[in-house]
Amino acid sequence: MTAPTVRVRGPRRLDLSGVGYNAAALALAIGVAVVIGGLAVELSGHSALHAYNLMVQYAACNTAGSGGDPCTADSVIDIINRAIPYYLSALAVAIGFRMALFNIGVEGQYRLAAVITAIAGVEIHLPAVFQIPLLLLIAMAVGAVWAGIAGILKVTRGVSEVISTIMLNYIAYGLIAFILSSYLSGNTSNNLSSATPNLPAASQMPGMNRIFHDLGLLAPHDPDQISGFLVVIAIIGTAFYFIVERSRFGFDLRASGINPWAAQAGGVSSRKMILITMLISGALAGLVGLPYLLGQGYNYSSEFPANLGFNGIAVALLGRNKPIGIAFAALLWGFLERSAQILDLNNIPQEIYVLMQGSIVLAVVVAYEIVRRAKVRRAEREVAREVPEALGGAVEVTA
Amino acid sequence: MTVDPTDPPFAVELVGITKRFPGVVANRDINLAVSRGEVHAVVGENGAGKSTLMKILYGMQRPDEGVILVNGQEVSFRSPTDAINAGIGMVHQHFMLADNFTVLENVILGSEPTTFGGRLDRAAARRRILEISDAYGLGVKPDRTVEDLGVGDRQRVEILKVLYRGARILILDEPTAVLVPQEVDELFANLAGLRAEGLTVLFISHKLDEVLRVADAITVVRAGTTVAQVKPADVTPRDLAQLMVGSELPTPETRESTVTEEVRLRVSAVSLDGDEGGRRLLDDVSLELHKGEVVGIAGVEGNGQAELVELLIGLRTPTTGTVNLGPDDITDWPTLRRREAGIGYIPEDRHRQGLLLPSPLWENRILGYQSRRPSVRGFWIDRRASRDDTRRIISAYDVRTPGCDTPAFALSGGNQQKLIVGREMSGDPSVLIASHPTRGVDVGAQAAIWEQLRNARSAGLAVLLVSADLEELIGMSDTLYVMLRGRLVAKLDPSSVTPEALGSYMTGATTALSVEGAQQ
Repeated sequence: MTAPTVRVRGPRRLDLSGVGYNAAALALAIGVAVVIGGLAVELSGHSALHAYNLMVQYAACNTAGSGGDPCTADSVIDIINRAIPYYLSALAVAIGFRMALFNIGVEGQYRLAAVITAIAGVEIHLPAVFQIPLLLLIAMAVGAVWAGIAGILKVTRGVSEVISTIMLNYIAYGLIAFILSSYLSGNTSNNLSSATPNLPAASQMPGMNRIFHDLGLLAPHDPDQISGFLVVIAIIGTAFYFIVERSRFGFDLRASGINPWAAQAGGVSSRKMILITMLISGALAGLVGLPYLLGQGYNYSSEFPANLGFNGIAVALLGRNKPIGIAFAALLWGFLERSAQILDLNNIPQEIYVLMQGSIVLAVVVAYEIVRRAKVRRAEREVAREVPEALGGAVEVTA
Repeated sequence: MTVDPTDPPFAVELVGITKRFPGVVANRDINLAVSRGEVHAVVGENGAGKSTLMKILYGMQRPDEGVILVNGQEVSFRSPTDAINAGIGMVHQHFMLADNFTVLENVILGSEPTTFGGRLDRAAARRRILEISDAYGLGVKPDRTVEDLGVGDRQRVEILKVLYRGARILILDEPTAVLVPQEVDELFANLAGLRAEGLTVLFISHKLDEVLRVADAITVVRAGTTVAQVKPADVTPRDLAQLMVGSELPTPETRESTVTEEVRLRVSAVSLDGDEGGRRLLDDVSLELHKGEVVGIAGVEGNGQAELVELLIGLRTPTTGTVNLGPDDITDWPTLRRREAGIGYIPEDRHRQGLLLPSPLWENRILGYQSRRPSVRGFWIDRRASRDDTRRIISAYDVRTPGCDTPAFALSGGNQQKLIVGREMSGDPSVLIASHPTRGVDVGAQAAIWEQLRNARSAGLAVLLVSADLEELIGMSDTLYVMLRGRLVAKLDPSSVTPEALGSYMTGATTALSVEGAQQ
């Protein structure tokens, strides 16, 4: 079936410029953050240009910019590995945001999932090909159950998920302490430690440097491994895109987020959608701690990485709740965290990176709102130009 | 404030006011002259530009061109505060009162009188409120809590609020929209009291009979500009209506009856309880929709029509009673299943229930049809087929838009409504629930929608038509019920009933003792 060419060209032009608008908004926000961060560096008595030069050099080459150190991919690998949990946690937040549900409980969900998975990984003995997928499923199930409590409270008792998920975080922390202490007290070999035993090899996620090396992207002397979770998140990100943007479920989800009353009148069951969305969000949240657990730390202890869930909210916001945008945002977060190290080594206050993270988020909220208004004006102008007679107030109705 | 006899004759004068929004000229070359101490009505269709005009006068919008004169002085308002300082007060259509505050607290909120030490001077406030209330015959009791007040009382509190701030010129935006007829009479008595005290009232409305009753002068707004100023004595309602729409009025008459014996939808003894302690929202409602029949429901808004509609589309479950679609008992069916079974729905408020405003038209086409072709293919949305079918609706229903990727908010109300009608017809429904299908749309779209409904009816569609437009109800319906306090109180023959007679049934002034055929 062929569409009239004029009709097709118009919208495409609109779509393209939509992407352009968003990219411009993001660039603007980063620009504002660079200026604020730079001012802070200058105020602390260092050169902003020097600091930014260090950050970029270090991120690209793992060198401090001076001297003849060989360029390695350590920083790039580290940035990717840091970005992976942020990506997962931002997706968990984003699927809720797409239907105006705010899951602040990713924090508690991933930590509870991590501790239970850490124990399961030690207690279950299967070959790695079964063991690792099983552990992923266990983590997702735990996260889903924990988020599902908030979902059930909302659909049956009307409890705001903002309140219930944040309170469930604290219950989760307590539960984790309880699980850890009862598990470890039964495990006589390790009485003094507050960490679970290390996972056996079959529970450890393999790295991917071999593959990247074979593709000619990595030199053999790079020591750190790219996490195998890169494959997992690539699959999840793709699935997220197709399910949210292209499937019937995604349509119901987005419609409920844009206008819940219209969605209901259109036959979308809001209770069902709230529950399913909370379950999916929790399942994604359950995975957040696994890149560290299965690929780096191999146990759950008080040292387990925290705040991945709260950072996910900022990353989701920055990435406009879309899988591609979130990928860039997560990498940006990883980059800023990584560059803190080199700032510290050069006696520049490393907190600059937190300041920049904060200013990017604030600036991007403003920038996206400006973009939204620009799009509204553009659409109205387009209607006015192409169909002037459609506007009641614009044209004389001849008597 | 005293009235100086040398004052210029006009309390408010607008000269050549123009206001543009991106893509739209909301007001163009508006000229309005309001004499001191008169009730001046501004009438026009929804979307004609009345609200924008009043927002300009009240300082909420700034005009791009033109001059505003208050008592002969040129003014330039930057905010409502400037307008209030110039003695202009606005009573909004939707009340802006804090329910858990007393009348006194609401009135003084934002301009609290204080004693020398900075304490709230309630005694002084009470004195002023009672003074104003007595002077204009408002009968406001300062210590009652607003949540205990009825709609009419709340409106008087709003009026008192603006008088308290020293307003001599009052703007009332659609003040009768929320009132029942007795309250309208009381309001008009209050307006007469205000006029007697030398105040000027600007009364915005599209209800012509009310305007003719209460106004001393009428300005007609059409398509963003003022087209005439008339005296009520010189015009008939029909003249006024034709000034408003700018052309011969379309009539909503259906031709020969196409009603059949086949029952499509049967509502049997349905009741719906209100919130705890409240009266029943629906009380023993029974009716039948036949194939090819339009059943109209008349009634003052808030008498259960909205609840009946939501119950039929599955957004509410009846406390008792059953609903049958053909042979199936659908009382407990969810909305989507009802839609799949052939019920279409044109909601009363298209922005709230009918559209995803920021989404493109083709996605709006999917809403309500996300379980069948052409919207979906299995688990996936079929974008191409959805777009193609949206283009079909755009051309078949004359939706004026650049294309199917335009976001819904960019269209005018009439075009949005035509898209909704087209969407609901495209599911090939056997029953259509149409709630105020032509509310707030321009005359052209209204005629087009009536035509579509008529054609569908002759093709066998059964339509439940809820409307506040009595001419629409009388003209379109084959059977007409009147709803009052949740009950169907009369079944009337639209071919013999007049709008006046219908109006008296709606207010309960006339009661039909037996509702023939309504009980099954």
